[in-house]
Amino acid sequence: MKVTTELYHCMVAASTYIEDCCISVWIMADFDLQSTEGRLEALRRMVTIRAFDEEAGDRFADGEIPGFVHLYIGEEAVGVGACAALDPDDYIASTHRGHGHCIAKGLDPQYMMAELYGKAEGYCNGKGGSMHIADVDAGMLGANGIVGAGPPMATGAALSIDYQDRDQIAVGFLGDGAVAQGQVHEAINIAATWDLPAVFVIENNHYGEGTAVEDQHNLDNLSDTAQAYDIPGLTVDGMDITAVAEAVSEARDRARAGDGPTIVEAETYRYRGHYEGDEEPYRDDAEIERWQERDPIESFKERLIDRGELTQEEFDELQADIEAEIDAAIEFAQDAPAPEPHEAYEDMFAEMPPEIERFASAARTDGGRPGGDR
Amino acid sequence: MTAQVESELETETEELTVREAIRQAMREELERDEDVFLIGEDIGVFGGVLEVTGDLYDDFGPERIKDTPISEAGFMGAATGAAATGTRPVVELMFSDFAGVAMEQIMNQMAKMRYMFGGKAEMPVTVRTTEGGGMGAASQHSGTVHSWIAHFPGLKAVAPGTAASAKGLTKAAIRSNDPVFVFENKMIYEQKGAVPTDEDFTVPIGEAAIEREGEDVTVVATQRLVGESLQTAENMADDTSVEVIDPRSLYPLDIDTIVESVKKTGRLIVADESPLSYGTHAEIVARVQEEAFFSLDAPIQRVGTPDTHIPFSPPLEQEVLPSGDDVRDAIRRVT
Ligand SMILES: Cc1ncc(C[n+]2csc(CCOP(=O)(O)OP(=O)(O)O)c2C)c(N)n1
Ligand SMILES: [Mg+2]
Repeated sequence: MKVTTELYHCMVAASTYIEDCCISVWIMADFDLQSTEGRLEALRRMVTIRAFDEEAGDRFADGEIPGFVHLYIGEEAVGVGACAALDPDDYIASTHRGHGHCIAKGLDPQYMMAELYGKAEGYCNGKGGSMHIADVDAGMLGANGIVGAGPPMATGAALSIDYQDRDQIAVGFLGDGAVAQGQVHEAINIAATWDLPAVFVIENNHYGEGTAVEDQHNLDNLSDTAQAYDIPGLTVDGMDITAVAEAVSEARDRARAGDGPTIVEAETYRYRGHYEGDEEPYRDDAEIERWQERDPIESFKERLIDRGELTQEEFDELQADIEAEIDAAIEFAQDAPAPEPHEAYEDMFAEMPPEIERFASAARTDGGRPGGDR
Repeated sequence: MTAQVESELETETEELTVREAIRQAMREELERDEDVFLIGEDIGVFGGVLEVTGDLYDDFGPERIKDTPISEAGFMGAATGAAATGTRPVVELMFSDFAGVAMEQIMNQMAKMRYMFGGKAEMPVTVRTTEGGGMGAASQHSGTVHSWIAHFPGLKAVAPGTAASAKGLTKAAIRSNDPVFVFENKMIYEQKGAVPTDEDFTVPIGEAAIEREGEDVTVVATQRLVGESLQTAENMADDTSVEVIDPRSLYPLDIDTIVESVKKTGRLIVADESPLSYGTHAEIVARVQEEAFFSLDAPIQRVGTPDTHIPFSPPLEQEVLPSGDDVRDAIRRVT
């Protein structure tokens, strides 16, 4: 038994190592809307998000992916635009709708997919799932199951940065619904009062679950909340990656200069239900189609073609490559081993208290160790 | 208690799921008392994420089925303030894990107002929320937190394990002038059972139910583990006679029914999905040894979550979640 456990840990260590290498390769790609290469990379990340989420939706429907999944389809310009304005070592704190932020930040779809499948090789070793994908080393402070919990996390990262005088910033993503949370207000107020290097990006997709934004707020522009903190607040077209990137880039400059946080509201739309399986009694197809006419990928692609930076053939090729990549990610996730039962008892603390071990083994008739056969 | 089970059996019943039973309880209380209203996130047109409020919105409209912004601290506090000023709010806290967001209003306002004001405030508020793992919802949507609420002075806590008690407790909670938390378990919403049709059927808060009589060992089980323990008892019936008690109410706790049973069987298993340390199990165990120490023939066994969060990956989740098999193993250890 002991040998197996140790061997297992070696394997985990090895896979983590491989994982680290992959991530650094991802981060190396130039990703900045200032250059052709950067714009193509941004397009690639947007297409990757869409392909990833379409596949995740299908696999959820097939029953392969357990739990809840909240898809980012339609909102790609927000996550990718915001992250294009960042340096690789900047932080982001995400939401329950986090797949897009992960890919925008450069996380690897295959380890993300493995996490959705609850596999040991996923970003959180299968413990987190879709709602908790995180890679702290890559600056991704986690998707979050608690609406409104990301902004305080971003304020906290900005606090470390400020405390240690580092040249980084932290972005907290939040939904329109999350703006109603008390802790969001508290977090922005702290950041504003202390001039912390944070940016709060509100993804206004016009619904919080099944409730329309106007039924949750008394303001038309959620960025107007910035006035209460005496910080800049602006509302941009979230279907336009350039608009988002420019706004976040300016906010980033301001944050790095020690002038404190900015609120950027991006008007966007989710094409799919709140979560997969949502019957969507609160909206009609016509509304969805209206937004789809301004599809963020389609419009950015057209712009790149117009500028002569891309041809339709190259785009088709890109799309085919990405689809193959996502197919490979699915295969990787399907084939990856499930976590060992004993892992359920790990990671609670830096130093494991005896209680967990004792309770776990007391529950076995054979008095066996945690994770032994039931 | 046996008498009570019998009298319940004599009344007219219909077969309902736990979900339908809770919805029916709310419907009847909304009809009975116009000061009652529901308040929570997406409980209206959306029908609630776990579809418990369902079609109530169609019948009662937005004035009485109130969709809130995503502001648990705000609406928990608003319900508290409303309860103190003449109405009877029924809050849906979408997942019990979100109590974290609302805890200030719960522990410092709702729980303390009556006492601090020298009895000069009523607090007829009900908080329904859903607990438990088993659907791959991961750590922030799978917790079992009823021990916090049951522990906190000034709050009552109930946790039904059957459709009948789900309806009866929900109605009793809404009629109560005290703050009552109703802890539903998300894995048993589809569980069916016979539910009394009488519109005045309630389950008094503070009364346990003997769900199965037995001689050899007492299993006190809550929520999902009631059904699983009944199944285990059935499976073991050849060689072990298992008594299964659903306390139904965690605070106040009907310790007399449990003690009576332990005096008969001499053995006790406490099965509850909450983490084992400092919680519901410990309370029941402590009270039993205070009152029935000399009747015990074997060490009391606890079945619960071994102080971990609920992990996402299904094999890990199944590893930490207590089940009917764990109850069986516990029984085997002491019989
Ligand atoms: C504290 C808390 N309350 C409620 C929920 C349930 N919930 C999950 S997502 C969601 C809607 C969030 O809306 P928004 O912030 O606009 O984000 P979107 O889903 O539109 O991306 C709700 C109510 C939650 N996860 N956490
Ligand atoms: Mg939204």
